[in-house]
Parts: sequence; C-alpha cells; structure tokens
Amino acid sequence: MPVTTSHEEPELIQLLTPEGEFKEHPDYPLDISAEEMRGLYRDLALVRRLDTEAVALQRQGELGLWASLLGQEAAQVGSGRALRPNDMAFPSYREHGVAWCRGVAPKDLLALFRGVTNGGWNPDDHGFHLYTIVIGTQALHATGYAMGIQRDGALGEDGSAVIVYFGDGATSQGDTNEAFVYAAVNNAPVVFFCQNNQWAISEPLERQSRVPLYRRAEGFGFPGVRVDGNDVLACLAVTRAALHNAREGQGPSLIEAFTYRMGAHTTSDDPTRYRMSAELEEWKAKDPLLRLHTFLTRNGLADEAFFAAVEEEAGRLGERIRTECRALPDPAPLDIFHEVYAEPHHHIDRQRAEFADYLASFEGADAEGGR
Amino acid sequence: MNQNMTQQGVQQFRLPDVGEGLTEAEILTWHVAPGDTVEVNQVICEIETAKAAVELPCPFSGTVAELLVEAGATVDVGTPIIAVDTGGAEATQAAEPKAGAEAPARQEDDKTEEAGEERQPVLVGYGVKSGATRRRARRRPGPGRSAPTAPPPPPAGANGADGQARTLVLAKPPVRKLAKDLGVDLRAVTPTGPGGTVTREDVQRHGRATPSAPPAAVPAEAPEPAAAPTGAGSEGREERIPIKGVRKHTAAAMVTSAFTAPHVTEFLQVDVTRMMKSVRRLRERPEFAGVKVSPLLLVARALLTAVRRHPGINASWDEEAQEIVVKRYVNLGIAAATERGLVVPNIKDAHAKPLPELARALQELTETARAGRTTPADMSGGTITITNVGVFGVDAGTPILNPGEAAILAFGQIRDMPWAHKGKVKVRKVTTLSLSFDHRLVDGELGSKVLRDVGTMLENPEEVALAWG
Repeated sequence: MPVTTSHEEPELIQLLTPEGEFKEHPDYPLDISAEEMRGLYRDLALVRRLDTEAVALQRQGELGLWASLLGQEAAQVGSGRALRPNDMAFPSYREHGVAWCRGVAPKDLLALFRGVTNGGWNPDDHGFHLYTIVIGTQALHATGYAMGIQRDGALGEDGSAVIVYFGDGATSQGDTNEAFVYAAVNNAPVVFFCQNNQWAISEPLERQSRVPLYRRAEGFGFPGVRVDGNDVLACLAVTRAALHNAREGQGPSLIEAFTYRMGAHTTSDDPTRYRMSAELEEWKAKDPLLRLHTFLTRNGLADEAFFAAVEEEAGRLGERIRTECRALPDPAPLDIFHEVYAEPHHHIDRQRAEFADYLASFEGADAEGGR
Repeated sequence: MNQNMTQQGVQQFRLPDVGEGLTEAEILTWHVAPGDTVEVNQVICEIETAKAAVELPCPFSGTVAELLVEAGATVDVGTPIIAVDTGGAEATQAAEPKAGAEAPARQEDDKTEEAGEERQPVLVGYGVKSGATRRRARRRPGPGRSAPTAPPPPPAGANGADGQARTLVLAKPPVRKLAKDLGVDLRAVTPTGPGGTVTREDVQRHGRATPSAPPAAVPAEAPEPAAAPTGAGSEGREERIPIKGVRKHTAAAMVTSAFTAPHVTEFLQVDVTRMMKSVRRLRERPEFAGVKVSPLLLVARALLTAVRRHPGINASWDEEAQEIVVKRYVNLGIAAATERGLVVPNIKDAHAKPLPELARALQELTETARAGRTTPADMSGGTITITNVGVFGVDAGTPILNPGEAAILAFGQIRDMPWAHKGKVKVRKVTTLSLSFDHRLVDGELGSKVLRDVGTMLENPEEVALAWG
C-alpha cells in the first residue's frame, strides 16, 4: 500500500517575509509596539554576537566545545520573548537565544562549554532548566514538570506553562515520542517547540520523516503548526498563542519552527563534508536579522543611530564575554564530590579522600588537591 | 598559569584542541605574515584536524612578531604557533588553550599501548587518530608519596610472552596503574580484597616487600634523602620518552627501508688532500663570495657527476607497477642532524645547478634544517642521498636508504693518515666513503662503479672535472 504523505503543501505561518514585508495572519494577530520590535532586533543582534564570540573563543582554546545557533536566532528570541516570568523552559544545548531572553548570563553559558561547571545556573532563578546534551530527554522532563503544574492547580491566566526545545533529530527519539504520548493523554500544559534546522548533525530531514514534522502532532492528538523559524514576529505570535492555550488548560501543542543551522552542528563538526553550499546560499537570503532590519528601516521604526548603537553594544558584549570567559575560575578536582548528593554520603566521602591522596602524589600538587 | 607570555608585550598563541580530544593539527595556510597588524578574532590561519578544516581567529590584537610553525607542518595541541606583539596592552591576558592543552593529559595512558593509526570513534566527527602523543603528569619522587614512578616490569613478564601461563588477576584499573607504576607484577601479589581482588594496599605492601622496583629507591639526584614508608620513591633508572614527531617518522621510514630494500654497503678509502686544496682555492673565487664552500659540496658534485655517468643508481623500485623508475633529474637529499632529530631535505634539480648555485642551495638547506623550518615538501621527492657522518668524527657506516631511493653515500671524517703516495709513505688527508644501495635494482658492479667514480673525482677533482665535463 502506498504511503500517503502529503495532503497539501505544508502551511507556513509567516508575518514577516524575507524581503521585510509585514503580512497579517488571521489566526495570529500580533500586538506589539515599535519599541518592542526594536527590542527584538537588539536581542537578535546581541545573541548573534554572543554566538560569534563563543565560536571564536572555542577556536582559541578557551572553550572545549560550542554549539552555534547561527541562523536560529529568530526562532529562539521570538519564542523566548513569548514566555512569561513564571513559565518554565527546558532547553537542549543550543538555546543560547532563549537563555538570553531568560536572563541567564552569557558567562554562565560559556562556563558549561568551558568545562568548569556541570550546570551553570539555577533553573529556578530563570525559569530555564539546565542544558540537556542527551537528545530528547528534556521532552520527558518538561512533560513531567507540566503535569506537576497541572496537579498544583497553577493553570489559568496567571498560571504557568512549560515550553521544551528540541531539534528535528530529537523527533526520531523514543523519549520525545513518549513525551508526546504522556502530554497528550494528560492534557499537560506544555508547548513542544521543535527547531527544525534541517540537519541532525549530518542526517538530513528527509531521512527522518516522511511527513512534515508538525503533522506528527495530529497522530498523538494535539495541534501542530509550522512557523517560519527565521521570522521573529511569527515565532513570537505563534508561541504566545500556544502558551496561552496551555495555560488555559487546552493541553499540549507542537510548534515546528522551520529554520536552518547556518553553522556547523558543533565546533567539532565540519558541515562542508555533507552539505551543499547552494543550500547555505539559499538560506542566507532568509536571514532573520536582515528582514527585521529592512522592516524597521522601511517603516521608519528605527533609524541609523539605533542600528549603530546596537552594533556598538554588540561589540561591547563581545569584549565582555571574552574577558569574563577567560576569568572563569577552574574548579578544584575535588569539587566534583560535592555535587553527587545533596546530603553527605560515606561512599562519596571515602572516594573523595582516596582521590585527594591520589592527587597529592603528583608533582606540583598543592595541599587542596588542586593543580 | 600564563605560559604564553614570553617577553614583555609578546604573546604566543598555542594550538588549541578545536574538536574535543584532538591531539594534533596540520597548519594548512597562514593568512598573516610577520609585521602584519592583527585584530582580535581576525582569522590568522587555517588548520586541518582529524575532524575538520577550520579557521583560527587570533586571540590578541597587535603586530605579528613571528610565525612559529610553517604551513604544512603538523604540530601537537599546545604548541605555540604564532607570536603577537601586543605592545604590552594585554600583557595579563593569556591565550593558553584551556580545553586543548589539557585534553591529552586526560587520555587513558593505557591507550599509548595501542599501536597503529586507527581512528577512534567519537560522538561527533570522524574520529581521532590513535598513536598520537599523550602527556601525563609525572609522579613526585620522595617521601610521603605512595606512588612513585619506577620502571615498568620487563615486557616479557608483564604480558606473558615468555610462555608463562597467563593467570587472571582481578584488580581495578587504578590499582593496575599503581602496580605498573611501581613495577609490581600483579600475578605475584596476594589478593586480600573482596572476591579475591588485588587492592591498592596489597600492591603497596608487595612493592615494599619485594623490591622488584629498583632497590635504589632514592637516586642520588633526588633531593629527599630517605625512602618513603609507603613505597619506594624514584624517578626510575629508565626514562620513558614518547615516540613522536621526527623520531616517529624516522623510525617508520627506517623500518620500511630496512625491511623492503636488501641493502649492500661498499667502502672506499680516498686520499682527499688535493680536494682540500681545491676547496681552499674555490673559497677565494668571486663566484663563491659569501657562500660556504665545504668538502661536502665537492662530494655532492662528485656524486652528481657519478649519477650522470651511471643513471641506474638514481632510480627507484616501483613494486606495484613492477617497474624500475630511472630518474632523469636528481633531487639530492642531505641528511641533517637537527634539534628535532634527523631530517633529510633535498636540493631539487641539483643535477642542473652550476657549482656556485649548488653551494648556495646546500647552505640554505642546512640553515633551514638547523632552524627547524624544513617543510614536508623540502623532504619529499628525493632521489639519492648523502649523509655526512664525518661531522660526528667517525670514518664510515652502513647507512640505511631513504625510502624510495636506490643509493645513499656516507661521507666519513677527513683525517691525517699515513698513505702511500708516489712510492713513499706520506701523511695525507684521507676519508672513507660508504655507499649503500638497494640490491634489487643495483648490482655490485653498478654500485662499485659509482663509488669508484666518486672516489676518483675526490682524489683529483680538477682534472677529473675537466676529463668528465
């Protein structure tokens, strides 16, 4: 029996075209001031600078690894700015733009990739969970957290919703699909935000799904929508609507932000080995910053002075990140034993003592077992 | 902490690990040159690792003082690759690659025992080569330290290759490591741990009881006078030097050559009194002004002349094509001892160079090698080689062929010897030539003719040059 794959062309929710023209969408009216729009542009520009600086720092040996978000700024900033303070976000490991919107300090993000911390920030302080490296597990964490909100009765207009970020590759994972099942049957207040950047490391989307990803939601029993992931306004509008529905007790939904990873999967990857440069060129024309820049300029919502100020601020941010990154303190080798259990534990205490002895047996070791 | 600082205002950028656990990279191209102004994050070079070709952005702004690594060279992570004069502005900032420089140290040292160049699978990318350099911290000698270094047990005993039955010993990896460090054979240790496992204490007790580790626990040079109560402290009587870089390359080349080409070596003693006079006269000629004229130059010329008269010596064996390839050009290799080890750069198209030009090429090659700037291109494509063992004060040797070449000439020291000269015993300048050749394609006759030609020319360089052209 032939597989029926496409019913019609997938609908793409878009408010701002790549050429910078605004088009209203009947289902997603956007209530936004000019100042908020300039704020979004500033976010996009600063997040891009943060990313560029981090890639450079990795290449200079200051970070062990970095997962670049280049090209995905709008999907992250748009959805990140749709969140309210009492919402909770569960990221994977590339959500630097969402982290930015949640007030996580860039140096705390870098600390993880520098290998000087196992976490980097307190999730409760920011409504932003720790980065999850394992693919898709955070979808289960988010669903469980959402079910907790439900059981706390913390829904409603002043209540909380949960958003979980993952990529197209994670949609092939069991964890993600299990989360879909649980969220659906429990009507959990969670928004599944999939940034489809077309590549799961070197695996293209067509080798992962026979249907557009957002249509998978239907089979699990909740709505799915595809949004232009390079359109910050559409991402904001669509995510706001989904979070609103979740808070109001209408259950989960899936947002597929259709975007593109302009850089490598991580700094350890070389995309030229599996991607055609023509594809990259095609997506360059859809750049998320460019279209908002055009829109703001054309409609007189921002002038050259504004863009110059943002540019200068980005430069300062880059320098600050560079300085802060180099100043991040190395943890002592024994620190790792502090973070295994919340309470003291005799096994860990013994291991700590043994390890301290071992460290002390090396030349140049100091009394604290440092280097 | 900051090991990148060399002098006031000049900072070095060390090759970082750009891909989670890489140990080395090749510098593909430099985008800057000494004297150039660089900005922070300006791309300075492109490197290729086992995983990817990537551009490196500069961590400093300033003026490029020096490129410390040639394009084309493969260097270990942590090697300084560029020096930038930052004018002291950033003197407190380091660019010590944090993740990079330490990554190799984290490797399990067991892996150093893995042979070959297989790529190890990694989560992302294409795998890293094993067999690369790994460093580890040195254990501290002296009292109070439980685990000093000592020579490992003899390999035969350790791996059971001596025919002894291999008994299964239960011990955790750190304990095995300790035993290895102490030179304790785990099979000889009485286990007291749960389930019959050998514990750390068992190993230490055994180490104290049976000094299979060197009994001279504290060598004379160790500052601490007494042996530790917990174990013998010593830097050991053996030094373990990782095989890498030039040494590794040399070893591979020598093994390939020695076990591929059946070597024959012939010797010839030559009276070079006249040649030494020629060398002195040449030095005074205007063509050689500012150029070093050495006996080696005339040996090179003599070999080139011999090659012209006997092209079969300047050839290689093509096993795959089952052909002997006779070269119509000579890329003359000169073996040079450098701080990095033996390198054999060659003078391209040496056959076409007039003597002054050959002298200049020889000088340049030697200086480049001494400065450690010889590139892989300089070393590839050689057709025949000279090794000047005389500089070490010896007469002769049986040199091993540079792989892919059919002959190598060793030039011994020149010394005063009693010599039959014009019917009388005179003190003459005498040297010994040794020619090794690949007997697959060079017979004794051809090899002898070549050696004889070189000798004849060195005995009487000016007349022979006239006679042979």
